Amino acid sequence: MRRTALSALLSHWRRHPLQLVSVLLGLALATALWSGVQAINTEARASYARAAGILAQDRLERLQPADGQRFPQEVYVSLRRAGWAVTPVVEGRVFHDGHGVIVLGVDPLTAPRGAMPGAVRAGGDFATFLGPPGLGYAAPRTIAEMEGAEGLPPLSPAPDMVPGVVMMDVGVAQRLLRAEGQMDRLLLSPDQPKGHAPLETVAPELERHPPQAEVDAAQLSGSFHLNLTAFGFLSFAVGLFIVHSAIGLAFEQRRPLFRTLRALGLPVKTLVGLLAAEVVLLALLAGLAGVGLGYAIAAVLLPDVAASLRGLYGAVVPGSLTLRPEWWLGGLAMALAGALGAAGQSLWRLWRLPLLAPAQPRAWARASARGLARQGALAILLALGALAAGLWGRGIVAGFVLLGAMLLAAALALPGVLALLLAGAERVSRRVLTHWFWADTRQQLPGLSLALMALLLALSANIGVGTMVSSFRLTFTGWLDQRLASEFYATARTREEARALHDWLLPRSDAVLPIWHIEGPVLGQRVEIYGVADHRTYPDHWPILTGEPDLWQSLAKGQGALINEQMWRRGAVKLGDRLTLPGGAGRRIVGVYSDYGNPRGQVIIGVDDLVALYPEVDRRRFAVRIDPARLSALRKDLIREFGLPEDNMIDQARVKEISLKVFERTFAVTAALNVLTMGVAGFAMFTSLLTLSTLRLPQLAPVWALGLTRRRLAWLELLRAALLAVLTMAVALPVGVLLAWVLLTVINVAAFGWRLPMFLFPGDWLWLSGLALLAGALAAAWPAWRLARIAPSGLLKVFADER
Amino acid sequence: MLELCDIEKSYIGGTGRVPVLRGVSLRVGPGETVALTGESGSGKSTLLHLCAGLDLPDAGALCLQGRDISQTDDSTRARLRRGTVGLVFQQFNLIPSLDVAANLAFQARLAGRHDPAWQATLAVRLGLDGLLDRYPEQLSGGQQQRVAIGRTLAAKPALILADEPTGNLDEETGDAVLELMLALVAETGAGLLMVTHSPRLAARLGRRAHLKGGRLD
Ligand SMILES: Nc1ncnc2c1ncn2[C@@H]1O[C@H](COP(=O)(O)OP(=O)(O)O)[C@@H](O)[C@H]1O
Ligand SMILES: [Mg+2]
Repeated sequence: MRRTALSALLSHWRRHPLQLVSVLLGLALATALWSGVQAINTEARASYARAAGILAQDRLERLQPADGQRFPQEVYVSLRRAGWAVTPVVEGRVFHDGHGVIVLGVDPLTAPRGAMPGAVRAGGDFATFLGPPGLGYAAPRTIAEMEGAEGLPPLSPAPDMVPGVVMMDVGVAQRLLRAEGQMDRLLLSPDQPKGHAPLETVAPELERHPPQAEVDAAQLSGSFHLNLTAFGFLSFAVGLFIVHSAIGLAFEQRRPLFRTLRALGLPVKTLVGLLAAEVVLLALLAGLAGVGLGYAIAAVLLPDVAASLRGLYGAVVPGSLTLRPEWWLGGLAMALAGALGAAGQSLWRLWRLPLLAPAQPRAWARASARGLARQGALAILLALGALAAGLWGRGIVAGFVLLGAMLLAAALALPGVLALLLAGAERVSRRVLTHWFWADTRQQLPGLSLALMALLLALSANIGVGTMVSSFRLTFTGWLDQRLASEFYATARTREEARALHDWLLPRSDAVLPIWHIEGPVLGQRVEIYGVADHRTYPDHWPILTGEPDLWQSLAKGQGALINEQMWRRGAVKLGDRLTLPGGAGRRIVGVYSDYGNPRGQVIIGVDDLVALYPEVDRRRFAVRIDPARLSALRKDLIREFGLPEDNMIDQARVKEISLKVFERTFAVTAALNVLTMGVAGFAMFTSLLTLSTLRLPQLAPVWALGLTRRRLAWLELLRAALLAVLTMAVALPVGVLLAWVLLTVINVAAFGWRLPMFLFPGDWLWLSGLALLAGALAAAWPAWRLARIAPSGLLKVFADER
Repeated sequence: MLELCDIEKSYIGGTGRVPVLRGVSLRVGPGETVALTGESGSGKSTLLHLCAGLDLPDAGALCLQGRDISQTDDSTRARLRRGTVGLVFQQFNLIPSLDVAANLAFQARLAGRHDPAWQATLAVRLGLDGLLDRYPEQLSGGQQQRVAIGRTLAAKPALILADEPTGNLDEETGDAVLELMLALVAETGAGLLMVTHSPRLAARLGRRAHLKGGRLD
């Protein structure tokens, strides 16, 4: 019985291959977009974990000064003498050709067992490692990127090293980083010998810190990954619309069969069980395909994501994927959950179906006003929820709740809004065909509403994200022009050379401005503290958001500090508050400036102030104001006079280029997901129209019989789909603009710490409307073509007595 | 007005061509009412559909108001259907998205012969005047068929083709509907070709043609 019933149920799919394709394809696409994003996130997470695990720093306690600055090597020596089992670490960054790597100086002799990467341990040749010139270990890819960088010791490939890190002897690193005789931190071995002198007496300047389970980048980029996840989820939801409508239709069409089976004695429980099994089977098939497709999507997108993670957060994520079981199992589970969710309503209805319910397919025609009203009420409720989240919610989660509720509300409200619009058009239309056209379009709404809702989501996401990215681009380029006021940036190799360089540059340029900074903890976060000279370049160009009128004087007098928007928006401090700098000095906050693209907090004080507070500050970097026409001559002179390597000289145009590249890659992923979502929505529209087209014959045949040609009807079908798409676009427009506003003022502030002004781009909307029109027309093209070519007998069947 | 000469029509079935009509000739003049009878499956509907220009015969000539439509293109036949022919089906086949008033007016407006006074008269005569803002799904079968008849008559076609118009109604309702239709057809002076398999109903029409073995006798 069960076997027979199952084969009867499954035979439906053989007769409706198109439905089968839409269920499978819809689910596969949904799963693909979701699991593609997850693959990227999983990969990033794994690489953060690996980075945290370097030198076992995720397991070892550490000793570090409170102000986060380097400390003299003698402290380490006295700790060792006192019997402490500690190993030194010197850390810094080296840049070459737009790539930055972390340099880790370690001591293989004192490092705890197992803390060193395999290659370093196996190398064994300590003499070469200790140098000079020493030996660096790095991932092969990193070695390739640093090809030709000056100052680095010879590099040896170590496949188990995290990309973007070069490990070398502490002494070699000190020379490379200009930190001779200094250290960043000490790692504590887990097995400390007993009875050594306490830390306070041997090294009072150091504090004991717990192991660092997460690298900076993991925390900083958390919001970025959440953003991706949200997008993946949106695509998933759009895909589920297809699945829901296809499964719903398949259930609807099999209702007579269900009735027969039940009448033949199949218990409802068994029937629902069989159908659930069918859904599971479909989900597994589509899920497997989707996971495969997701892998391909991720592989294509990952290099861009890796580049933007690196540009934005300095997080190095490999550009290649590994197939992880937790990921593809997760993708399958998602496909299953999605399919069961999409089929839930149909299964529930079947469970409740009285044995003798009419076997006729539910009239698609009946635009159930009650259904629309219920949907409208839900939409209003969700809109209120979104409003509440917007008014009282804080942080990125509230932001996404707001977005989700808003989008869902708009989607739910769409059929009602369209019905109202169409009813209005019907009322004012004078000609009989126009009147029928509007009335008939309204009648199609229930069958098309899911696809139109999917289209609405895709279009508003497109408008929202497009507006955000374009606004950002406009703001960002304007900001770069302000911020990069200096034409040229030069970095000396030593302190002495820096002094000479400064004196040499002074008569040959309009101004030489120090770009000196330290890093240290402020308000519990590691931030950069820059010193600026008292020069009109800053008042003229610096992008101040808010501040006291004489803020630059306060800085010059060593009384004030500027903070970047990111710090300000975190809400811990406000204008006029005292900011405690590393080491304990306090400065009044006199202004806030915008600092796009920087995930960290930043503080600016006067340069003299900086030098007074932190005499050890690295003073090798300068910005040079100069007539751009004289730039290339200056560059040549610098090479001749000082032998400065290319990496140490960079001009404004190049910095801009690099920054914009990072920017573009950051949003390349979002743009790609956007396009894919649009594709899914277009497909949803296509399958809905195709399935509707068979149900539609009884509605069209009388009109044909009363004197319209098939071709004319086909054109009207095409027009109808295009029109619905355009109307949906009209509804999507305000939703998209609202979405952009939320992205710019809520999500971005939470994710990146900056707020952007919104600019509108009506030209893009026009283009998108054209695209929506095209999508609608294309989706309707095939069904319309079939209608135009249908044999008269196909239509005449409608009038046949036996129905 | 309607003249069929040696009409042949066959369908492609599972076992090859299945001839349905093998040389049918028939004339229906203005004001004439003809009943087309025959067993189920004898080809009555097929013949009616050919007369309406909904499909084309394989052979033979089919003249509507002196014009052979068996050689014309799609849009000419569509124009003929709009202007000359009125169709009444067994399944009513109203336009579900339009209310009764719009359904009544639909063909007349398509034909460019909308006459509100005549339509109002029809609505009253057919007992539809209280139902004008309802939708087809909210009507009983008898009411729906009255709307379908009203829709046809409102356009004042020269020829009315009806395919078992009362076949889906109970006898009492069917008789009443038919009575009304015949009276109104007589008033407009249109020709009527009506399919029925009930000899009782056939007897109420002017003439009777019986389809058997693909021919009329
Ligand atoms: N589209 C079609 N394709 C194949 N055979 C058809 C088609 N339409 C009708 N027929 C066949 O033609 C014959 C006549 O049908 P029809 O005209 O509907 O008969 P009636 O109306 O007299 O009951 C029947 O045997 C029917 O099966
Ligand atoms: Mg018939």
